[in-house]
Amino acid sequence: MLRLEPRPAPSRLMVYLSPLLAMALMLVVGMVVFTILGQPPLKAFHAFFIEPINDWYGFGELLIKSSPLALIALGLAVGFRANIWNIGAEGQLIMGAIAAGGVALWLYETTSAWILLPLMFIAGALGGMFWASIPAFLRTRFNTSEILVSLMLVYVANLVLSWLIHGPWRDPDGYGFPQSKLFESSAILPIMLEGTRVHAGIFITVLALLAAGIFFRWSLIAFQMRVAGLAPKAALYAGFKQKKMVWLGLLAGGAAAGLAGTAEVAGPIGQLLIPISPGYGFAAIIVAFVGRLHPVGIVLASLLMALLYLGGESAQMQLALPAAVSGVFQGMLLFFLLATDVLIQFKLRWVPKASAGAV
Amino acid sequence: MDMNTLVLILAATVAAAIPLIFAALGELVVEKSGVLNLGVEGMMVVGAVFAFMTAAETGQLWLAVIVGALAGAGMALMFGFITLSLMANQVATGLALTIFGIGLSAFIGQGYTSVALDGLKEISIPVLSSLPIVGKLLFSYNILVYLAVVAFVGIWWFLYKSRAGLILRAVGESPSSAHALGYRVIRVRYLAVLFGGAMAGVGGAYLSIAYTPLWAEGMTAGRGWIALALVVFATWRPGRVLIGALLFGGVTIAQFHVQGLGVEIPSQFLSMLPYLATIIVLVLISRDAGVIRLNAPASLGQPWHNELH
Amino acid sequence: MSLNAVPPRLELRGITKRYPSVVANQAIDLVVQPGEIHALLGENGAGKSTLMKIVYGVVKPDTGSIFWNGQAVQIRSPAQARALGIGMVFQHFSLFDTLTVAQNIALALDQKQDMQALSARITEVSNRYGLPLEPDRLVHLLSVGERQRVEIVRCLLQEPQLLIMDEPTSVLTPQAVRKLFETLRRLAAEGCSILYISHKLDEIRELCHTATVLRGGKVTGTANPQLESSKSLAELMIGKELPAYQRASTRAVGEPRLVINELSRATTDPFGTSLEQVQLSVHAGEIVGIAGVSGNGQQELLYALSGEQPGQRAEVLIKGQEAGQLDAAGRRSLGLRFVPEERLGRGAVPEMSLELNALLTGYSSSLAQKGWIQYAKIREFSKACIERFNVKAAGSQAAAKSLSGGNVQKYIVGRELMLNPEVLVIAQPTWGVDVGAASFIRQTLLDLSQSGVAVLVISEELDELFEICDRIAVMAGGQLSAAKPVVETSIEEIGLLMGGTHANHASQQRAA
Repeated sequence: MLRLEPRPAPSRLMVYLSPLLAMALMLVVGMVVFTILGQPPLKAFHAFFIEPINDWYGFGELLIKSSPLALIALGLAVGFRANIWNIGAEGQLIMGAIAAGGVALWLYETTSAWILLPLMFIAGALGGMFWASIPAFLRTRFNTSEILVSLMLVYVANLVLSWLIHGPWRDPDGYGFPQSKLFESSAILPIMLEGTRVHAGIFITVLALLAAGIFFRWSLIAFQMRVAGLAPKAALYAGFKQKKMVWLGLLAGGAAAGLAGTAEVAGPIGQLLIPISPGYGFAAIIVAFVGRLHPVGIVLASLLMALLYLGGESAQMQLALPAAVSGVFQGMLLFFLLATDVLIQFKLRWVPKASAGAV
Repeated sequence: MDMNTLVLILAATVAAAIPLIFAALGELVVEKSGVLNLGVEGMMVVGAVFAFMTAAETGQLWLAVIVGALAGAGMALMFGFITLSLMANQVATGLALTIFGIGLSAFIGQGYTSVALDGLKEISIPVLSSLPIVGKLLFSYNILVYLAVVAFVGIWWFLYKSRAGLILRAVGESPSSAHALGYRVIRVRYLAVLFGGAMAGVGGAYLSIAYTPLWAEGMTAGRGWIALALVVFATWRPGRVLIGALLFGGVTIAQFHVQGLGVEIPSQFLSMLPYLATIIVLVLISRDAGVIRLNAPASLGQPWHNELH
Repeated sequence: MSLNAVPPRLELRGITKRYPSVVANQAIDLVVQPGEIHALLGENGAGKSTLMKIVYGVVKPDTGSIFWNGQAVQIRSPAQARALGIGMVFQHFSLFDTLTVAQNIALALDQKQDMQALSARITEVSNRYGLPLEPDRLVHLLSVGERQRVEIVRCLLQEPQLLIMDEPTSVLTPQAVRKLFETLRRLAAEGCSILYISHKLDEIRELCHTATVLRGGKVTGTANPQLESSKSLAELMIGKELPAYQRASTRAVGEPRLVINELSRATTDPFGTSLEQVQLSVHAGEIVGIAGVSGNGQQELLYALSGEQPGQRAEVLIKGQEAGQLDAAGRRSLGLRFVPEERLGRGAVPEMSLELNALLTGYSSSLAQKGWIQYAKIREFSKACIERFNVKAAGSQAAAKSLSGGNVQKYIVGRELMLNPEVLVIAQPTWGVDVGAASFIRQTLLDLSQSGVAVLVISEELDELFEICDRIAVMAGGQLSAAKPVVETSIEEIGLLMGGTHANHASQQRAA
């Protein structure tokens, strides 16, 4: 029988290999599923993973989808490193979009893009941070689980958005559809790559990437948060400010999600409606883990996850499979990663049944 | 409000509480063994879709409940394998289970979104069901409601009166001690996790074949998460889970009746009530760290493996 | 062995157990006769605990055979061990805090129990052996000594032929140790064999008939301890003589550096102890020790002193300044350094390198500037610490958890000393540490006080406190006795104080 044996020291190789292994497992299982559904596996593979990005436009779509994923995952990673589980980024994204959209509607045709867009992004970040500050406050003040609170607030944020676009912010000329009026052009991000829909929002992600890289490697507070995640008692012993970490961990995720929400409504969507995001806030949790809470890893993971989104859409068109297949693949990816991570601390060994003993 | 309306509201409250009772009681047993499975929402929604598909294809509602339970347990088995055999982080794996479950249910349920189903009917007990008030309040539900009561009594008895329950609590309290005494910690936890999955699956099945007999993507609407909150709110005691679930059922039902009373509040704000109520009860219960410490299973959420102890 | 002789109760032949990084037991032979109290003597890490877990069926040996009353057996599980008649009292008790005494005992019995009949049996057996217990009390409400009784009674109910006791006296007062010995002698006289694991030479000489000595996973000798001296046993155990300490004959004691002022604190932890009116001052240049059975408020006192749980301003004075409201970082800036009892996970982050572990408490000195980590400085600091304090590690990049217990402790002590303490609080300085490292650490503390630092040591090892302290106070039931100069007190007197409040409290409750 196969047995797990602790390694004397964690395997550095497996730290890098395990995400690739998880990806490979996901592909294998995915192919099996396609076969069971009566699709030739190679055709399905092509439709899912090659087709969506074999032209310039498709490549642009990949960037458009990976940008918010990477941005949110970077923000979440700040907290996750300290075991602060903000799983409500989806709600913070929606709140950011509402705040930014509110600014766009309020200042409709009164000012230029140079003023309006920055204002929208500031409002978006603040909106996301406001929503994240609720679990932060309740955690630091009443020791309430930030997991459940942040998650509950996703539903609340969705309902707030629903109320706005059904009620006060509904487009009066919109034939009764539940959506705001279209933003004016100075509230829309410019296109960056000819022939694609890639917009200037991607610069925010690049900036966040650089900032996170420096922050994680060199800043004392990031080190302190890592300590709090690995050994909470050691953080207390060292006298690190625990509340500060909770606030920072949650606000970073909230700000990132709020910015991502702003980039969505000021980018491809151009108005407030439901849905704003195809679950970026949840998918970003997977991105953060698969990317090992590290900026470079997060970029790679965000590209992979974005490809899974596109693959789902492509599979719907080409193979008449439900687009929800993306979610299945995304979930599987995280599952396999968590499973293969065992090989970092343990190695597999074949033990003859007789001497294995009953453990 | 007349007596009949009140009885109707109370009966609706019970009906709304049932999925929470199943899911939260299941999770209670899981957590008592020291495992934190945040994937309740995912297990519920998969249970719901499998039950609905079974019902739609075979017309056998009891079979649908069983399939729903098995589907939930199947999901739980994946969680168990990754966290118990491979020692992965329970929080992350539970999240993965929910994300996966929502995706999976949307995927396989795609063809069923416009299928109509004759849901589970209320049973009618001769004489009792036709009693005034009491008949409607106690004796006119579908069979799953009574199953929930049976589950509650059974779990209470198991945890506090049976030797197996004592072992389960011991494992959750101190897996290392239980191991030193010769108990199979991992096996006990597997069984608990599978049971929790089956219960969440039944909760989901109740939603899709009895409460609102239809299938819609994400139809569990956060009930799995609320069930998790209920376990904390109940400080890991089955009786309080029951009370908490009924309270939440009441909040859910209240939103429909407040509008009926002519109060001018946008429906969205009323729909927020269960979520806001969850946050409020969590704040109330977690204010006192000592209460949590005294009642929470001491090893909750911590990975454990024979080779490391 | 002749045919009509009684076979040994337990015989181990060539037991070997390898772990990935260490050989815990290598070709161990051991013979225990019926009615014999057999000591298994060895330092921390010598392989005693692994061997006992093998006998109790918790761990499986790689090779070797076990004979029980002359029959070859394979012990696959604790349940099987219990069925054979083997009972075990664990060092870190295998009890469940939120369950009752009777429930805890029921869990260790393999058949389903009628709880009322079981309670009656518990009362009967516990009284017979002078180990009074109340079956319906919750375990977390018991004192440490009472918990041990639960473990022992739990074994006795199964009428064992062999009782394994793993370091049973580390949680007892000297007086309670004597009572335990009486019980054990009585059991042995009734024919029960006892395998007694310890590293305390005096106890073994007092109690045991035979001693098997382990070092580095191998048997280094078998002896009759009553005929040996502590010195000769120590040589078998550590391969050399026990070290002696150098301390200056005259010591200049200076101003009070650490003052604890009527510190009272109700515990927020339902399993904790409340502190009542704790009063103590530690002066520059002296070592003050706090003795006590664990679980009497030491943890709570340490959290209150270190700043991990801040309280009222005036409760703690450091160098005359009110510091009771400050967190750990604030107190460090006043010159307090603290070495906790849990090294991995509190004093150091197990997964992080020694370099980053230097930053753990060194961040407020020059190791970080304006919130940015100075990597070159932490490397330099870490290397200096490894060298100065003789830490055996695979370089400054090695993860803290890759070091042995003694070396982690040397690194943590070294780190705190290199951060220039004016007051040092240290808990269980040599717990789980090999003899060589222990003597190094004790000598370091003596030298430190000589250089004018105020040192407060909290330890469960009375011998250690008497070796290095100038004054000793005793913690019992959340209260601290007045500190007495070592030369004016005795182990006997300190032992009485250790049993003090808590024992009275318990007996009053029983009387009621």
